[in-house]
Amino acid sequence: MFEAIRLWALKIRVQLAAQIALVATYRAEVVLWALSGTLPIIMMGLWTKAATDAPAGITPVQMVRYFAAVLLVRQMTFVWVIWEFEQDVMQGHLSHFLLRPFSPIWHYIAGHIGERLVRLPVVLALIGLCFALYPSAAFVPSLSDLLLGFAVIAFVLLTRFVMQLASAMMCFYTDRASNIETLQFTAYMFLSGAIAPLEMFPPQVRAFAELTPYPYFVYLPARILMGEPAPVAQGFTVMTLWGLVFLGLQQIGWRRGLRHYSSYGA
Amino acid sequence: MRLLRLIRIFWATALLAEIEYRVNFLLAALNSMASLAGALFGLSLFFRHGATLGGWSWNEALVVLGLFTALSGLSSTLLTPNLNRIVEQVKDGTLDFVLLKPVDSQFWLSLRRFSPWGIPDVLFGLGLLIYGASGASGALLNLPGALLPLIACVVILYSLWFIMATTTVWFVQIYNVTEVLRSMLDAGRFPIDAFPSGAYRFVFTFLVPVAFLTTVPARAVLGLAHGVDVVLSGAVAIALFACSRAFWRFALRFYTSASS
Repeated sequence: MFEAIRLWALKIRVQLAAQIALVATYRAEVVLWALSGTLPIIMMGLWTKAATDAPAGITPVQMVRYFAAVLLVRQMTFVWVIWEFEQDVMQGHLSHFLLRPFSPIWHYIAGHIGERLVRLPVVLALIGLCFALYPSAAFVPSLSDLLLGFAVIAFVLLTRFVMQLASAMMCFYTDRASNIETLQFTAYMFLSGAIAPLEMFPPQVRAFAELTPYPYFVYLPARILMGEPAPVAQGFTVMTLWGLVFLGLQQIGWRRGLRHYSSYGA
Repeated sequence: MRLLRLIRIFWATALLAEIEYRVNFLLAALNSMASLAGALFGLSLFFRHGATLGGWSWNEALVVLGLFTALSGLSSTLLTPNLNRIVEQVKDGTLDFVLLKPVDSQFWLSLRRFSPWGIPDVLFGLGLLIYGASGASGALLNLPGALLPLIACVVILYSLWFIMATTTVWFVQIYNVTEVLRSMLDAGRFPIDAFPSGAYRFVFTFLVPVAFLTTVPARAVLGLAHGVDVVLSGAVAIALFACSRAFWRFALRFYTSASS
């Protein structure tokens, strides 16, 4: 029993250390990835001006805070496993990972966690930029909001990872599975609240969006960090349900896909 | 003329290679439609509470969005496939083969590849532009007057991409310099007047000249452009293109190839 736990702890430590070292080597690349997530700053400018010109229930200060929170949330929940998996299947790297004494999926999970740590300083700098543009909106979330916010962010990261991993199983059958992900990404972009707070949506569209997992990926944690009322229980429920569906698909895809996998070394 | 003949040969071979992925074309068209629907939805949200977006009406804003969509289609057809290759070629040392060819290396690197997946975007974008322009002013009369800003915006877009791609000569590992540029260019979905005056407009006019990519040509299409804007967009295009050539030559001096 203790031996098993010790082995697991060792595996986790080695994987994490290796991935952090790997990401740190390519830190310039991580910085650039972080910088390419500046869309919330663009939307911040547009919506703050719109809220000033034609008031619609949300004040300009709230707009700034919302999009600063969106920036943090989107950066912290960025998932890219399908692109990495696609390469590994096509080039046969997966064969080596399969030889390890644990599922290759842990390799990708460790990579995603390690990358967060290197990315964080850039994200904080970008948030600093937001508040430099609008000094009157600068704020620090309360400790309880921060804790809840980061708990939700962790759950979002997990759900998005599972969903993307499920699509990644298509890599066993087609060379360009990431195209499928692009479609999902479009839905994410426009339904999550990344381009506008959900209050700005027409009521019917909002009601529809709330049945999909997307609004809870961005809007929910952003509202929590702002200290505004947020549908936390609803968010966890919807995300869990969708997460379980995709987890099922992923498990089926993995079992069948591996049998189909015929790359070099397999 | 020799260059034109070369382009024909380049694109014919590139097309043959891409045609192997036919299902992909369907997916690309589906993706274009979905993201266009999303973009229209995103734009409409600004018009729910105010009648204008920084002084632009819905139809006028559609011209801007149409131009943006067409330009991003153009990037995925010509710019992305070619310029992302520069990174690989610098990394693998195969840039040597390009430099040895009796063709201008910038020409080769910029136009060698062609990927049809962006064509749906170009078509949807132009459709949206014509729809918006005819809804806004009744008739599409200003296309001849808009010719210069339209050519200028393509040249500006190309030059920005090429300058970004050139930096890979120094930063070999960086696959995503162009992603940073792409994310900034997203501002071009909206007319520059929709941004707050000050830092935003300064950045998107002078540092990343998004204003000349969509707002100025859109104004010209709508017949609203000031003469100064048009002249300025031509000047920016010429200056940036000259920069991209000079920068490429400069960068090549630092290229330590695989074989020499």
